[in-house]
Amino acid sequence: METALPLIFVSIMGLSLLLYVILDGYDLGVGLLLPLADDDEKDVMIASIGPFWDANETWIVMGIGVLLIAFPSAHGIILTELYLPATIMLLGLILRGVAFDFRVKAGSDKKAMWNRIFFIGSLVASMAQGWMLGSYITGLSGSLTNTVFSILIALCLPALYCVLGATWLLIKTEGELFAKAVGWARKSVLPMALGLFFVSIATPMVSKVIAERWFQLPNFIGLLPIPIASAIALVLLAVLLRRDVDSLRTLNPWFLFICPVIVCLMAALGLAYSIFPDIIIGQMTIWEAASHTSALMFTFYGICIALPCIILYTIFIYRVFSGKATALSYD
Amino acid sequence: MEFDPFVLSRIQFALNISFHILFPTITIGLGYFLLFFRIRFTQTQDPHWEFIYAFWVKVFALTFALGVVTGIVMSFQFGTNWPGFMEKVGNIAGPLLGYEVLTAFFLEASFLGIMLFGKSRVSNRLHLIATSIVTLGTTLSAFWILSLNSWMQTPTGFTYENGIMIAESWSAVIFNPSFPYRFAHMMVASLITASFLVAGVSAWRVLKGVDGPATMKVLRVAIIAAAVLTPTQVLLGDLHGLNTLKYQPAKIAAMEAVWETEKGAALTLFGFPDEEARTTHGAIKIPKLGSLILTHEWDGEIKGLNDFDGKHPPVAPVFWAFRVMVGLGMLMLLVSWACCWQFWRKGSINRFSQRVLFTMTFSGWVAVLAGWYVTEIGRQPWMVTGLVTTAEVVADHSSGILITTLSAYFAMYAFLLYSYIRAIFYMSSKPAQSLQRMHNYGIPGKHPEDRAYSPINSK
Repeated sequence: METALPLIFVSIMGLSLLLYVILDGYDLGVGLLLPLADDDEKDVMIASIGPFWDANETWIVMGIGVLLIAFPSAHGIILTELYLPATIMLLGLILRGVAFDFRVKAGSDKKAMWNRIFFIGSLVASMAQGWMLGSYITGLSGSLTNTVFSILIALCLPALYCVLGATWLLIKTEGELFAKAVGWARKSVLPMALGLFFVSIATPMVSKVIAERWFQLPNFIGLLPIPIASAIALVLLAVLLRRDVDSLRTLNPWFLFICPVIVCLMAALGLAYSIFPDIIIGQMTIWEAASHTSALMFTFYGICIALPCIILYTIFIYRVFSGKATALSYD
Repeated sequence: MEFDPFVLSRIQFALNISFHILFPTITIGLGYFLLFFRIRFTQTQDPHWEFIYAFWVKVFALTFALGVVTGIVMSFQFGTNWPGFMEKVGNIAGPLLGYEVLTAFFLEASFLGIMLFGKSRVSNRLHLIATSIVTLGTTLSAFWILSLNSWMQTPTGFTYENGIMIAESWSAVIFNPSFPYRFAHMMVASLITASFLVAGVSAWRVLKGVDGPATMKVLRVAIIAAAVLTPTQVLLGDLHGLNTLKYQPAKIAAMEAVWETEKGAALTLFGFPDEEARTTHGAIKIPKLGSLILTHEWDGEIKGLNDFDGKHPPVAPVFWAFRVMVGLGMLMLLVSWACCWQFWRKGSINRFSQRVLFTMTFSGWVAVLAGWYVTEIGRQPWMVTGLVTTAEVVADHSSGILITTLSAYFAMYAFLLYSYIRAIFYMSSKPAQSLQRMHNYGIPGKHPEDRAYSPINSK
């Protein structure tokens, strides 16, 4: 159990952060696309994420929480190093989160302002998350190439979120807004693909440790399915989006949404392989950072009971609010 | 001017947690009010309860959103500013925080969607269940966080293994000596805060003539709740005080500015504690009362500040914060009973009382913050009483970067607080949205709400 528990916890942490990127990714993506829509469409866009965003955002608390519970010393080092981007991300998430309510409750003369704040909060949070990811991959050291690399990810992550947001809107909207969302998805696929491509090339260049883990036989062959699957998902998405809007309306929109999700999943697998068995690349392994077994065991019981429940009621909520989004009303 | 990074980190943490606690304090209490409105509607089918619910659920949603986003900051703060805390006591603090996320956060965040937007999508029964779950979630969240906080005040159930602190008994950790008192005190504080918020906003709506009979109805509910809760809180506070005297005598000594150990100590009503001179200037004292209140005996012994070898909290802030909390508590007791009396005699309250209630809309916030300052500043210089000091767990950031982030948080919070209060009164200045759709209820009348008012359904 002493060797297995840290592994279990690191998997739960990875899964939580992956779920966060996918779920809050579409929320943030919708926020990024907000300025492109007219006023009525903005309401529908917000309505499409309204019942979900709160729970979606909880996954980052879970991810950071597991880091805190299971790997306290790593939590301290990582977050102390990422102090500035973490603070900026939090400010962004605060602005985005409160804008949900203020835009409809602070009065109609303030609505335009809160819509802008919604966009700014989403942009700031997504870029800061990219910056954090970049610094984390490069082992939290602040050299020039590493900074450039972090900036590159800070620019790419919003593109990924835009694709997630646009394809989410294909599920939740119809009519004119659907056509607009198709346009947004088409435009953001290329930047996302390019970004992913550059990041994949740059990662082994900035991190010797990662390069060694990937580029040796036979591992490299075994790992090939990861980039290949991402490439297939991306090409599939691009091909599907080339159809005209009317034929897309008849297609099950979940096929389109699942493509960027697969890309996220593959990126997460690739990243997990690159980092494992470390928790801070080249500095600290999972086992070195792990909490005492008694603390892990006690939390593990809770997770065994709570996690299945969380998944079940999350599915239930998505079923209650399935179908095309309608204007949110408290009645 | 040179700033101490340790002091800046403390100010930043105090700012973040003070701003955060405002919103959960309301949602924890308001959740029970909403549940009550929903249950009354289900029982009586009186549309007034529906209107009241429809209005207050919006306030709840706004408050909840602020609580969630400011709460996320908290989960990062431990690592960004106090990494030593998790390194030293992570094996105990970590799981408690983990259980909060697992049992409370997901529950409330998920079912909030149904509670807010699902009324037309699910049955009344399921909606009622969702509302109960969200309310339960907020209470569970308070349970875990107060368990951790109480453990930091009165640590029990731990042992050391190779120099690392681990839990010996989880039930002793969770149900540590001060936990039941602190949890009960905070729950009632939340309910009182919500009562005065509901009463204050409703009084304002009555004063402005926003809408009719439903508002007086909710005002009465809030007043009765406050009149029952405030004496309960006095009792709980007294019990909590006895507990603190037993486990954290230094905190009590600072609260009462008792410098020398004495039997039959006087109660200092007012004065200016001076830590340099080790005395309280201009003190107004009542003989023996201090010992009577704190120990329930005329000649009970109170240990003085001079007997703690300098390891006692700063006296003046604790002394003052305590007086603010108790003073406000007494005022709340007086106002709620006076209003109750008027309701009993006349069935409504006069304009003066309405104005007083309006002024006291956010009095719960002030009392809660003052109470938390007593307990948290009162714990200093310790992070975990007797085990870990605050100074040894702080992160090593430059004061420049701390001033930058502190200013950013401050500006953001000032803006949000302003927007929040404005939004609440903006929403209050209009009749609830359901009032615009009276035909749904098939009720006639002139004013939208008056259409709902008839002797039969306005019990």
